[in-house]
Amino acid sequence: MNFWIPLLFNAVLTGAPLMFGTLGEILTEKSGNMNLGVEGMMYMGGAFGLGAAYYYEKIAGESANAIAGLLIAVFFAFLAGAIGALIFSFLTISLRANQNVTGLALSIFGTGVGQFAGEFMRVREGGYIAVGAQMKAIFQNSPFPAVLLNIPVIGKLIFGYNIFVYLGVIIAVIMSYLFNKTRVGLNLRSVGESPATADAAGISVTRYRYLATVIGGGISAVGGMIYIMTIAGCVWNHEGLSGEGWLAVALVIFCLWRPLNAIWGSAMFGALMILYLRLSIPFIPNQIYKILPYLVTVIVLIITSLRNKKEDQPPAALGLPYFREER
Amino acid sequence: MDGAVPAVKMRDITKRFGSVVANDKCWLDIYRGEILALLGENGSGKTTLMNMLSGIYFPDEGEIFIDGKPVVISSPRSAFDLGIGMIHQHFKLVDVFTAAENIILGLPGKLDIHAAKEKIMDICTKYGFVIDPDQKVYDMSVSQKQTVEIIKVLYRGAEILILDEPTAVLTPQETDRLFAVLRNMRDDGKAIVIITHKMHEVESLSDRVAVLRKGHFTGDMLTKNTNIQEMTNMMVGRPVELNIKRTETVDPKPRIQVQGLTIKDAEGTVKLDNVSFTANSGEVLGVAGISGCGQKELLEAIAGLQVVESGSICYVRDNGEKEELIGKDPLKIKSLGVALSFVPEDRLGMGLVGDMDIGNNMMLRTYRDSKGIFTNRKDPYHVAHQMVDFLEIVTPSVETPVRRLSGGNVQKVLVGREISNAPTVLLTAYATRGLDINSSYMIYDLINEQKQRGVSVIYVGEDLDVLVALCDRVLVLCGGKVSGIVDGRKTDKRELGAMMTKLGGMTNE
Amino acid sequence: MNKTPLFHLSMRNEITKQYAWMVRICSFLFAILLGAVIFICLGNNPLEAYGIILSGSLGKASGIRQTVKYAVPLLGTALALAPCFRMRYWNIGAEGQITAGAMAATFFALNCKTMPQLPLLLVMAVAAAIFGGIWAAIPALFKAKWGTNETLFTLMMNYIIIGVVKWLQGGPWEGKPGSQIIPNFVDNAILPKVGGVYCGWIVVLVLVVLMFIYMNYSKHGYEIAVIGNSVNTARYVGMNVGRIFVRTAFLSGAICGVVGYMVASGAHMTLYSDVAAGVGFTAITVAWLAQLNPFVMVIISVLMGILEKGASSLQTKLAIPASISDIIVGIFLFSMLAGEFFIRFKISFRGNKKEAAA
Repeated sequence: MNFWIPLLFNAVLTGAPLMFGTLGEILTEKSGNMNLGVEGMMYMGGAFGLGAAYYYEKIAGESANAIAGLLIAVFFAFLAGAIGALIFSFLTISLRANQNVTGLALSIFGTGVGQFAGEFMRVREGGYIAVGAQMKAIFQNSPFPAVLLNIPVIGKLIFGYNIFVYLGVIIAVIMSYLFNKTRVGLNLRSVGESPATADAAGISVTRYRYLATVIGGGISAVGGMIYIMTIAGCVWNHEGLSGEGWLAVALVIFCLWRPLNAIWGSAMFGALMILYLRLSIPFIPNQIYKILPYLVTVIVLIITSLRNKKEDQPPAALGLPYFREER
Repeated sequence: MDGAVPAVKMRDITKRFGSVVANDKCWLDIYRGEILALLGENGSGKTTLMNMLSGIYFPDEGEIFIDGKPVVISSPRSAFDLGIGMIHQHFKLVDVFTAAENIILGLPGKLDIHAAKEKIMDICTKYGFVIDPDQKVYDMSVSQKQTVEIIKVLYRGAEILILDEPTAVLTPQETDRLFAVLRNMRDDGKAIVIITHKMHEVESLSDRVAVLRKGHFTGDMLTKNTNIQEMTNMMVGRPVELNIKRTETVDPKPRIQVQGLTIKDAEGTVKLDNVSFTANSGEVLGVAGISGCGQKELLEAIAGLQVVESGSICYVRDNGEKEELIGKDPLKIKSLGVALSFVPEDRLGMGLVGDMDIGNNMMLRTYRDSKGIFTNRKDPYHVAHQMVDFLEIVTPSVETPVRRLSGGNVQKVLVGREISNAPTVLLTAYATRGLDINSSYMIYDLINEQKQRGVSVIYVGEDLDVLVALCDRVLVLCGGKVSGIVDGRKTDKRELGAMMTKLGGMTNE
Repeated sequence: MNKTPLFHLSMRNEITKQYAWMVRICSFLFAILLGAVIFICLGNNPLEAYGIILSGSLGKASGIRQTVKYAVPLLGTALALAPCFRMRYWNIGAEGQITAGAMAATFFALNCKTMPQLPLLLVMAVAAAIFGGIWAAIPALFKAKWGTNETLFTLMMNYIIIGVVKWLQGGPWEGKPGSQIIPNFVDNAILPKVGGVYCGWIVVLVLVVLMFIYMNYSKHGYEIAVIGNSVNTARYVGMNVGRIFVRTAFLSGAICGVVGYMVASGAHMTLYSDVAAGVGFTAITVAWLAQLNPFVMVIISVLMGILEKGASSLQTKLAIPASISDIIVGIFLFSMLAGEFFIRFKISFRGNKKEAAA
């Protein structure tokens, strides 16, 4: 118990930024757009989220409201990611540029913007960007009352996380419902599976792809902000953030493009990332743990291609541009 | 029905793709309570014209009136709003969705699968469809998919239905069922257009026929007031002599012996079932059958491109030696000294490389022959020049990507390359599909020429008239089985038709 | 009720070389303009900023050397990727293949310290090529056998090998205990310099010509082009598509591996986990923008080198963080990608004449 509970608890916390990154990318990929710029968007989200919270606190001074700070951070992180995704969408959907290349360009651009903003703020504000303790608490502490937290064993395990974990679960549930039970979801999936069919059925491929990609990019970027505000302790840390976006892309595959799988999948990836802190098996060095998420993803990828079950495959039109009059 | 105001009136419709004019000032009237057959050769612009009605393409010029009112159809959505629904030749369905999900795709309102299923079942009862709404599309047969497409259009309350060559992929029974359903719809007051180039379908199903030729509208009339000869003339522009030259066979000796050939596709469906026959040198062996009856698999198996379940395919050399071809890839077959040429159905997707020029395409079969690691670029271009002259291929130059050539010229490049290798066996699949009359005759001549050279030609065709006129013997496939081999000089269309549809043939004829 | 579409897109049939280059030059100027806007927003004079980028990267011999140092691995990797992309095989694992090559070379650098220089360098190169090639061939093998998605597979392979190097760095190959650094190579394991830069630049320039010949005149190049256009056609003429996938991926990985070896041995003189430093990804965009033409890749890689080096000059002179280079590179890529649209498509605007007629 002393081993498993803290591991599980921390795994969920470590996985929370991934959950957002992944959910956003699932939404994007369901529309048939493969945006490999997640890494860049998460950087942008991280830098702008932190910056927004910091400057809000600075400007509002005494009257700063921690909840407002949180909302502002979420909003600006989302906005940053959405703008990145909008550039991607414009290039790939409207201008039909290659998705892989555009996504990588966005990765380069986004990490640049994120690092630049982080650096810029650090230099301008004299070396240290950090929000106050009250603000920090709202980002990092559980939103539930102490009564619930004090329930033995399960109290912390169920109610002990920061607000983003719950928000992520809610988004995953909403997305799953959206995909499977609503008309919008049906339309969106058809755009990702067969844009020509969707188009012939009167669904605007362009509109669905834009919306899914832009909103997805926003959600992914919020993941970057969560990393900075929780795991990195509200300090700009580009080293730590590096790789989160690619891990999110891996997790999308691991989840087989199903949002509900992202809930436990992110916790599992989180566990794999921190396992070395808690469990040292001889012969398996620390750094090797960190490649486990990628290894499992490769294995999942291979198994699904071997089994060749239709429902487990990537959206059929993933990565392909759509041009109606192509002959 | 009042025939005074047409449901659809198209006037002076023009559509260009680059320099190609697909439709040139086309007119068309479609009436309610009527089945209109839109007739024309492949490439005459039938599908393009209808795509403009269903919002897939937007016309460059011209006007469209629905019930007398001018309209602009800018997208499939606006076509639906006007009550127009089209069933495309290539089905537009999402594989991983169920029938019901596909049918309600793109409709407004709340998602209610149960209500949708009820409505689907209502439509089925009304017109006589059979369908399981929960079945996934990837599990469906072609005809089931077509049914889903038709219901999809009806579900949207379409009053004007367009079907693009709906019978091309159906068995005779399925075709009959489809026609029954279409008649029910017509009697229900709907306007129906069926795109086809099969005369008997026009005669048995349609009330009115409209003909297109090379993008031009050549006229329309009531079906009962016309006949096949007149329609053919309108389609091809001048009276055609349907007599294709048939040269005598040249010393026929067994060349390819197929024994008990059985082939299953990836899903485990039997495509060919215990097929046995012999193809002789110096003759043309025709293969008839409804499309998708195993013709493709048969040719690909001989060419070494198909995994075979059981059976044997033997190549017989001039000296009587036999060579088993099964289990050998095209390279291996070539290395045995077996000169096999294959003109596949999918010309740009399989026989040629669309983005490469004629010279580069010439190299496909021979690029390995030069010594060293580099390709020989000179000879192929030399051959290409000769071929362009000899086969009268219309192209700006031999450096033009073949994708830019017209269908007939693409086929000439392909056939020309395949016969330039001096084959002893020539496999052709739908060699004249989509070609104009002149190009078709050139292909027939080339085939006869090969036959004169002692080549064993296996000719898979869809036009029974041609099969009867060109082939020395005709092998008929039905559902993956051989239903018989007949003498081309003694048989006729009716007999072949009956054999192709064994069941229907035996009960009806 | 319905409005006529405002404009209409169609594919261009004939594209003249002049037109295409005109569009590309316009895209480039547009990128410069966008960059200028950013400098203005940051409160700098864009002319001054661009001046510093140019003088910093090309003004002095030392600057030019730095620029070349940035451009060499980029060019080498872009060349490596070209055959894969021509085949429409999305190898986005160059980052990992570079790392794998560098790792294999390092193994010999650390373990054969006594070997003479030339044999050692050759052994390192061969090891790098083989290991980089194998690393690239694994996903290709799965693609060939079971159709496993190569984009995602090669992407994952990057982080696996980078993780392994991280482990080596802090484990078996660590120099001073606790330093997390692999010791510098012995002199014999370091590539000689030519013109002040390690000799890798000569290697990649030779490679430019070789790759051009390989892609356009060899049988392999022909096979690759056929497969990229139509896998079915390739099968139809008896090409073993799976084998060609694996072979081409191996070649691609092998060249990436050699690039990794040159970077480790020539530029850093040691191995660390970030040896590829994003080159594997940037090279993908370089290869794509060059339309897989090796000679155009030279121009684009040098341009990227200029931006990289110029940005570090900006940092020293104007105190602008060096990450500005990624932003400018990003803008440059976006503009060029957008430019390709105007080369491939034609927009024709429609007037309202139809409503008027109706």
